[in-house]
Amino acid sequence: MAEFEPKIVCFACNWCTSAGADLAGTSRMEYQPNSVIIRVMCSSRVDPQHVLWAFKKGADGVFIGGCHPGDCHYQDGNYKTLRRIKLLKKLLGDFGIDPDRLRLEWVSAAEGKKFVNVMNEFTDHIRKLGKLELPENGGPPSGE
Amino acid sequence: MKNKKRTGVFVCHCGINIAGTVDVKKVAATLAKHEGVVLATDYVYMCSDPGQKLIIESIKEKNLDSVVVACCSPTLHESTFRKATNMAGLNPYQCEIANIREQCSWVHKDKAKATTKAIKITKSIVEKVQRNIPLEPISVPITKRALVVGGGISGIQAALDIANGGYEVILVERSPSIGGHMIQLSETFPTLDCSQCILTPKMVEVSKHPNIKLLTYSEVQEISGFVGNFKVKILKKPTYVDPDVCTLCGECADVCPVVVPNEFDLGLTGRKAIYIPFPQAIPAAYTLDSDHCPGLVPIACGKCIDVCEPKAINYDMRPQIIEEEVGAIVVATGYDLYEKERMAEYGYGRIPDVLDGLQFERLLSASGPTKGEVLRPSDHRVPKEVVFIQCCGSRDPELHNAYCSKICCMYTAKHAMLYKHHVPDGQAYVFYIDIRSGGKGYEEFVQRATEEDGVVYLRGKVSKVFQENGKVIVWGVDTLSGKDIQIEADMVVLAMAIRPSRGAAELAKILKISVDKDGFFSEAHPKLRPVESMVSGMFLAGVAQGPKDIPETVSQASGAASKVLAMFSSDELTHDPIVAEVNEEICSGCKLCIPQCPYEARIFDEQKGVVIVNEVLCEGCGACIAACPSGAAQQRNFTDEQILSMVDTILEGEK
Repeated sequence: MAEFEPKIVCFACNWCTSAGADLAGTSRMEYQPNSVIIRVMCSSRVDPQHVLWAFKKGADGVFIGGCHPGDCHYQDGNYKTLRRIKLLKKLLGDFGIDPDRLRLEWVSAAEGKKFVNVMNEFTDHIRKLGKLELPENGGPPSGE
Repeated sequence: MKNKKRTGVFVCHCGINIAGTVDVKKVAATLAKHEGVVLATDYVYMCSDPGQKLIIESIKEKNLDSVVVACCSPTLHESTFRKATNMAGLNPYQCEIANIREQCSWVHKDKAKATTKAIKITKSIVEKVQRNIPLEPISVPITKRALVVGGGISGIQAALDIANGGYEVILVERSPSIGGHMIQLSETFPTLDCSQCILTPKMVEVSKHPNIKLLTYSEVQEISGFVGNFKVKILKKPTYVDPDVCTLCGECADVCPVVVPNEFDLGLTGRKAIYIPFPQAIPAAYTLDSDHCPGLVPIACGKCIDVCEPKAINYDMRPQIIEEEVGAIVVATGYDLYEKERMAEYGYGRIPDVLDGLQFERLLSASGPTKGEVLRPSDHRVPKEVVFIQCCGSRDPELHNAYCSKICCMYTAKHAMLYKHHVPDGQAYVFYIDIRSGGKGYEEFVQRATEEDGVVYLRGKVSKVFQENGKVIVWGVDTLSGKDIQIEADMVVLAMAIRPSRGAAELAKILKISVDKDGFFSEAHPKLRPVESMVSGMFLAGVAQGPKDIPETVSQASGAASKVLAMFSSDELTHDPIVAEVNEEICSGCKLCIPQCPYEARIFDEQKGVVIVNEVLCEGCGACIAACPSGAAQQRNFTDEQILSMVDTILEGEK
């Protein structure tokens, strides 16, 4: 059987991470082709529901990339993303999803190399975690 | 709801840039079968004239209402293809770019996998464009006044260019006088022009220019608004001296009992607490430095106020907050030298005859502490052997800065040459790693230093500098001969790395513009947009953006000024219409979105009981959309439905 190839949805902000991914391309740096980027203007446009939707629809991993703290094109959108994603990670377990399958990273427009490293590392990590098998009827009962 | 659309997909080969890794025919053939796609084709260079014609004619022939071009990054040709789409009669926002070059063909090698990924990317963009609505740019009026931050040569040049173009400029400088570091220099390479002689006429022009409002001893505190419409708060610190009344008689300084190191001479001389930084200072007035004055209360001292005949001194002067409205901002905050204390091995601070480059400039300067005589600070003797050490803190990624400070090779050659002109029987040695003398007349200048002035260049690093018997001993190595070198020098000059000006990081936060890994302000594109910051309406000039010499600084400052003038040449700016909007039917008025907006674009309409968006203020980040619990808030052409359909397409058939 062929090795498991994870499916990764990558939300990248227009100003930093998508530009960083472009720089990786311009510099001809190679990384694993398991992710597809959805460009949004700011990482804060990513609604936790988008992430859950992606997992529901078969994503094994979801990546969100924003500008470094203090560098957000929209002043502080990345801080909003940070708070939302931290909270979402706490809830993912309740849906039967390993929080490690969701990653938020700051990748600047100058960090093509970082984008490549993070993508490879995340892809390898998801490959190790294996295919996401969502439990029937949602996640395990939470807490009680 | 997804419209019934007629989408055309145009797959670019980009020569072999895309076609080498991605099977473009297969991408087009697969997309042709996608729902709503009525035409999918490929072409060798879509951005070429025939490529654009192909798009325009296809739109007309096939009656397309939306277009996806699968090609390079949207940062490159989005505007090209949107214009082409518009020429065919479609709204430009009906054209979207699928980035299959930078984010696919250039980063993958396996052709089958890259092709599959390119298909996914293109399909996801097709899903997006099929839900796009036509948009019109939002017009915003421009305030045709500019703010220039920093009064060194770059700020002066930018301010003069904009002012001469007919627009008002507010020039803000932190220190008591404009002039920056250039006014401290003795001569400039490679012509040996006297630095003050060429700069002071420009400084005077600034002070007399009817379009320039000069605010010295002032700092930018707060900026709000957006391109064309910034609101700026500037803190004007009190100088306690009325510049219009001060006659520069200097009696106040004569009686002032406080002596502190003189910043202008980099501590080689002292100054009083009430002082003028240098004779040609602009504005020409004394400044009372309240950090060092015994208390600004007549009981504590009051000597200066007693002797000031014209009554220019006023202890009751208070900080002022000045509010200005401007349309564009030029950031020209320059540099400071790398902290010499970090280079303990070179003895700076411990050995009085170890100087940095700027201090040596002051020693050489006709207006300097020694009136242009090169004398050792320790005993005022003429140094007969001087060692110049290049790359102090530059090109050292392990311990200091990885970058090259760019100007040190040239100014060291100048220093060695000028030293020889002052002390013809002296000997100058230069320790260097490489000599970087790119620039008009620069290489010839270095040659002149070695050939005519007998400067000895030693290729290698210095390991230690220490004091012994009144000499400064330099241990180094000449890597060309492989020999250890010991020089018993009288003086050592360190070519310190240049760093972004202190305060640049705080200013970056105030302006919300980004800095690079070394703290220099980031340009919008390293090659093609070198004078623009990533924030629209804010421009960069001089060393604030990266190390550069005076001619380059002046060019960039004029470049930034011409960008400002180009912006001011129209009466309105257009604003990207991909802004937030509210479905008033759904909005419950919970107001959760309001604090999410950094631009105060969301306001609660008391009458309607819903939140509304000021689309001129909205920058289109989408933070409020993600916060809306009901889905009433949406971003135009970045709706939840669009994003979710893109996710679906990417994961299609994989579940």
